[in-house]
Amino acid sequence: MVSKLKEELAKRQDLVEISKMIESGTRVLDLGCGNGVFLKLLEYEKNVKGLGIEICQQQIIESIATGIPVVHGDLNHDLDFAEDSSFDYVVLSRTLQEVQRPDRLLSEIVRVGKRAIVSFINFGYYKTRFQLMLTGTMPETKNLPYHWYDTPNIHLGTLKDFRMLCKEMDIRILRELPLGNQRKIFTKVIPNLFAPMCIFEIRKGG
Amino acid sequence: MAENKKHIVKSKDFLFGTDDSDALLLDCGKKLHSVNIRYETYGKLNANGSNAILIFHALTGDAHVSGWHSEEDRKPGWWNDMIGPGKPIDTEKYFVVCSNVIGGCSGSTGPRSINLATGKLYNMDFPVITIADMVRAQRRLMKHLKVEKWLSIIGGSMGGMQALEWSISYPELTESIIPIATTARLSPQSIAFDWVGREAILTDKNWDNGDYTENIPENGLATARMLAHITYLSDESMRRKFGRNLQESESYSFDFKRDFAVESYLQYQGQRFVERFDANCYLYITRAMDYFDVSAKAGGNLAAAFKNVTCPFLVISFSSDWLFPTAQSVDLVKALLKNRIDVSYCEIESSYGHDAFLLEIEVLGKMISDFLRNRLEVIDGK
Repeated sequence: MVSKLKEELAKRQDLVEISKMIESGTRVLDLGCGNGVFLKLLEYEKNVKGLGIEICQQQIIESIATGIPVVHGDLNHDLDFAEDSSFDYVVLSRTLQEVQRPDRLLSEIVRVGKRAIVSFINFGYYKTRFQLMLTGTMPETKNLPYHWYDTPNIHLGTLKDFRMLCKEMDIRILRELPLGNQRKIFTKVIPNLFAPMCIFEIRKGG
Repeated sequence: MAENKKHIVKSKDFLFGTDDSDALLLDCGKKLHSVNIRYETYGKLNANGSNAILIFHALTGDAHVSGWHSEEDRKPGWWNDMIGPGKPIDTEKYFVVCSNVIGGCSGSTGPRSINLATGKLYNMDFPVITIADMVRAQRRLMKHLKVEKWLSIIGGSMGGMQALEWSISYPELTESIIPIATTARLSPQSIAFDWVGREAILTDKNWDNGDYTENIPENGLATARMLAHITYLSDESMRRKFGRNLQESESYSFDFKRDFAVESYLQYQGQRFVERFDANCYLYITRAMDYFDVSAKAGGNLAAAFKNVTCPFLVISFSSDWLFPTAQSVDLVKALLKNRIDVSYCEIESSYGHDAFLLEIEVLGKMISDFLRNRLEVIDGK
């Protein structure tokens, strides 16, 4: 079963990297946990105690089948079910851009998590920049496969935007892990231009 | 499905409290003697005793949750689609127990039982019972059945209240709890509906202070049922089922006989209910629900009420249930999460209102069967 879970997860590079960042025996809140496979694997490999939040009924059904505790919830609402610092990690993968107020959600996740791990789709990626500049239309890429009118991604931003917001909100960026298979050196040196996605490990400042 | 073969079950009785020392001490301070519990069991308890499941029924339910009583039986148990061989709660895999609550009229001791002290029916001499009293009686049955720990306790509506009460009264005696379409404390709206229902019975001239014999207060009881039945449906389900359709004629009668399909439906439900349920029992059981508030002993703090609870929960509500709306399940889930209990929670999308817990078998059944399978794997793997 575990090899099957791993196979499923391997399709999501950001989750593979995030799982490496999470320490054993911790409490993890996965916001938008999908079918629960990510938490199941963490439970199995790192003895993590997980809780998933998910809005889609079908995904909740699948999470329950996986055996992961999952709570029906909407990330546009506050995480008022969770007390301050009640989780070691809060994971938010590729979802921040879909919520109505990313700033509010960010402040909530650094409140309930001692640390938070956010994977962020970078609109500053050179392919999206060039598409917009050269064709004059909204970019459609592997990570952003929608049309401008039907996309759930209502708050796209660049890595620079994210860093600026964190600074404004007194959120500390502990680690920045740009992802991208091509041009690895460029990705490292100028992530805002060459990384299609980036993982940030953050926590409340002060 | 194995519908062609009727699964025949027999009700059983368990009597306790014939000695004063063994009597059931109630929340009101009184003792109930010679308490009978009507119950049914399905499947077999496995060698390590890990597969026992307790089902709690709702307000007007009974012990007959699955199968048929005889080949000629017209209707199966009240949750037959959920429980049985090969069903979501698979009786080939699990040992399932369901019993009638005390205070009821379907075999367990209640206001229409004989009070051995007087030789007459209890009627209004029956002590006012609580949900916790019902659960205490079920605890006795558990001992009698030699079940040491339940794999899960499952209940919808008032059954869910009993499940929650159990988790607090006997946290060490279950591996999991599945409260469905229920609440941790009865809301003022629900108390209000109960009050009007009871008023209908109490003001029926046949009620006679509860000492009715041949002429039962059927108008009062039917009215109480019709009112309650509305709260089990939803605006959408009523529109779908009845619309503004007329029942017996093409046009309005211009008098006050029943014109609309929904009126005749309610009247039919009221009449059928009178045939199977008792007015005094209705008073007692609705009162038990009014008094239900698991946070009361914790000074109104719902999270504190669950402080000794550790077992996982699967909480389920339905989107169109306005009797025990989703917000009340969310309150429960928050209280459980504060105690760092493993909780799964889903609001199932449904137009059936409160009754959805009896009707949305496909989705509900899948969640419950997967949850139970995972619990059993964890326990048997220990």
